[in-house]
Amino acid sequence: MDEILTYGEDVNEAPMQVGGMSLFAELIMSLGTSTKINDKLEALSNYFSVAGDKDKVWMIAIFSGRRPRRSVSAALLQLWCLELVNLPQWLFAECYLTVGDLAETISLLIPPEIMAPKEEQSLHYYIEQLIAIDKQSEEVKKQFVIDAWRQMNQQERFVFNKLITGNFRIGVSQQLMVNALSKVTELPAATVAHRISGNWDPVMTTFSALLHESNTDDSKPYPFYLAYAIEGEPAELGAPDEWQAEWKWDGIRGQIIRRNNELFVWSRGEELITEKFPEYHFLKDKLPDGIVMDGEIISGRQSDEGFLVLPFANLQTRIGRKNISKKQLQEAPVIFIAYDLLEYNHEDRREKTMQERRTQLEQIVAALHSSTVFLSPLIQFNSWAELATTRETARLINSEGVMLKRKSSIYQVGRKRGDWWKWKIDPLTIDAVMIYAQKGSGRRSNLYTDYTFAVKDGDKLVPFTKAYSGLTDKEFGEVDYFVKRNSLEKFGPVRTVKPELVFEIAFEGIAASNRHKSGVALRFPRISRWRKDKKPDEINTLEDLKQMLEQYGK
Amino acid sequence: MALIQFTDKGLYCAEGNFYIDPWQPVDKAVITHAHSDHARWGSKSYLCHTFTKPLLQQRLGDNNYETLDWGQAVLINGVKVSLHPAGHIIGSSQIRVEHNGEVWVVSGDYKTENDGISGEFEPVKCNTFITESTFGLPIYNWKKQADIFIDIQNWIKDCFEKNTNGVIIAYSLGKAQRIIAPIAEVTSNIHAHGAVWNIFQTLKNTGFNFPDIKRIEIDAPKEKYKNAVIIAPPSAEASLWMRRFTPFEVGVCSGWMQVRGNVRRRNIDAGFALSDHADWNGLLQAIEATGASKVFVTHGFQSAFSRYLNEKGIEAAEVKTEFGNDEEASEELKIES
Repeated sequence: MDEILTYGEDVNEAPMQVGGMSLFAELIMSLGTSTKINDKLEALSNYFSVAGDKDKVWMIAIFSGRRPRRSVSAALLQLWCLELVNLPQWLFAECYLTVGDLAETISLLIPPEIMAPKEEQSLHYYIEQLIAIDKQSEEVKKQFVIDAWRQMNQQERFVFNKLITGNFRIGVSQQLMVNALSKVTELPAATVAHRISGNWDPVMTTFSALLHESNTDDSKPYPFYLAYAIEGEPAELGAPDEWQAEWKWDGIRGQIIRRNNELFVWSRGEELITEKFPEYHFLKDKLPDGIVMDGEIISGRQSDEGFLVLPFANLQTRIGRKNISKKQLQEAPVIFIAYDLLEYNHEDRREKTMQERRTQLEQIVAALHSSTVFLSPLIQFNSWAELATTRETARLINSEGVMLKRKSSIYQVGRKRGDWWKWKIDPLTIDAVMIYAQKGSGRRSNLYTDYTFAVKDGDKLVPFTKAYSGLTDKEFGEVDYFVKRNSLEKFGPVRTVKPELVFEIAFEGIAASNRHKSGVALRFPRISRWRKDKKPDEINTLEDLKQMLEQYGK
Repeated sequence: MALIQFTDKGLYCAEGNFYIDPWQPVDKAVITHAHSDHARWGSKSYLCHTFTKPLLQQRLGDNNYETLDWGQAVLINGVKVSLHPAGHIIGSSQIRVEHNGEVWVVSGDYKTENDGISGEFEPVKCNTFITESTFGLPIYNWKKQADIFIDIQNWIKDCFEKNTNGVIIAYSLGKAQRIIAPIAEVTSNIHAHGAVWNIFQTLKNTGFNFPDIKRIEIDAPKEKYKNAVIIAPPSAEASLWMRRFTPFEVGVCSGWMQVRGNVRRRNIDAGFALSDHADWNGLLQAIEATGASKVFVTHGFQSAFSRYLNEKGIEAAEVKTEFGNDEEASEELKIES
């Protein structure tokens, strides 16, 4: 671990890293507010050209989901801040609700007057110190955090707090960072994306080693190729025989890798989840070496027709758990639906056509004779109209719709238009009334944008879902205006709102749930439109919801 | 009976039979300042500060106006009324009302930092103080005006370096007058939306000095705007009207810019937390300086702010008014799409 460097201690070492934390804070600020992609790219490239080597590595780590584990809890940060500024806890809570971000709230509450003369420190210094204090006493942690706050301006404090508390949601995708790195290193973006993926430790690696061609490890997944939702009619895509259609499944996108007799399972979020799915472990012995399959991790089981897909809610019981019990394995069995082959015989196959990759994949999956790994079935169709009819039956097999892939398509990096499209079925909808509202966070801070909706049950209202999206900014502004004038409570996070505004809620699926009062849990609920034409007594009933559960929730 | 009561027409002094900033037409209205949520149409007579009168004339037309200078007192039905600088915008005043030895002060909108043009906020001793609370949370503490001006100047220089115009969104009455001098230190190529230009014109006719700005004409050729600063009111933000300045960046001057989410939500290039309202410490200092034993908190974070005052041992209560719909206070409720 780095020690704090003092002046003159080592004449060969630069006493300070120019830019350090303040450079990083400036980058975060400009990324957070710039409205043009090119400006963001420019800011990132500029950072990668001038920042210190270790800072660059941490920058990549943070923006690719490799943040060190949280060593100080949010509760402690809040406590220390309150001690420092001498304010009551309820007032801190009010501020937090208005700002919508704990790190920012604290950074705004600490007054500038307590700033001590500043010793410029690097980004990696702070991160590595945060890792170092993880096992230390609360007193040591407190001293470190408070000293850091005192030495920083508001922007730096905000960024420092963010390093501790969680996600940097600042409108920068991993893709954008990859593009900036590509610009600076003059490597193709796909190469950069691959090199910074997989298992690597920001503490141990250097910037040049990370991006060097020798950086390969057996676990490394390929960057996923993602599809956009189709715009317009499929007929505009051209001749049907140039396209391959598959069912779209609602699971976790994943890659299964077998290299040098080891098995790795990656989620799309670049999380290594091998241990969570013992169902796949047999592949270590069964798959030929040097193979990478792309597919969907799904809750389901073998059936007479091949396989049966269970609702996503089942899979949720398997995520976020360290140890999987026998009971869970039985109640929420998991299968893998393979739809692409990215590596075969240790060779990158992504430049081959979809058709070639598919043919090879079919052979591999067939040879497994497995009750856990299945080939994604192709949908036969001769015309777009025929496919449209087949697509209507998707919900009956717990599918979300259809995936269209051009037979000649290579496997690209990231979300791209042109060769792959999602063609989802229309969502289910229900009319409901808003009964609770909460303020949002991030760019929705201090606006009531998070709502709870209810259906009728006789003369009672039964809450059944929350929804956060689907309205335009202007509509959110109108609802916010309504909430601020038609709610009961003055303090605290939740406002009970006069049940007056009716919305149509769209969702992808419905499942039984004993955790919810209504007895149902919805998949991807969102507001599809504001029914200004409807009165609260015209909304749907709990009975309607239960019928939907009966029809689609099995 | 309380010297000032909260009625459905507004703050009412029964002894003097006058209202302060009424939101419905009354016989006699005493006006704190010329923003539209405080000075409304339809009353039979208006009493206001000398600088406020021409602004009211511009907005409300000819009426029966009487004026006072700061510190000058007048008796209305035996109640002594005087105006004192509130530091919010040009002409803005606190209203001091005295009867039988009891003193109430209505703050209107105010800020405690001297902006150099609105007059310096004067703490007025009173028994009861009616305060605004637009920014009544401790997350709102402003940087010094001089530092924010440097930020604005640097942003303009950046715009010019990129060969883009800089559109600054600022309230036509208040913020626009504050920022004009620092802008003029960077460039003389300054243009203003008609609404902004009109206010400048009125104030110039009253005897105020401001750097020269050009009014934006409806059909001006596009080439006219090159390395220019444009001052526009919030209603112009994200409107078609702005297109003529392309390429341009947008910077917003508003206290709400203190919080990142507000900057990001509006999809603007820069936010400057420059406000004409008191910040948290400003509110607390102002209240302390009045020595008031009772405080009424109006428009803003009145629930939280009055609760905090009570916990600090200052008797406070929140009051519902129809203030807080001026451009800055209402801005968080209004999102331009």
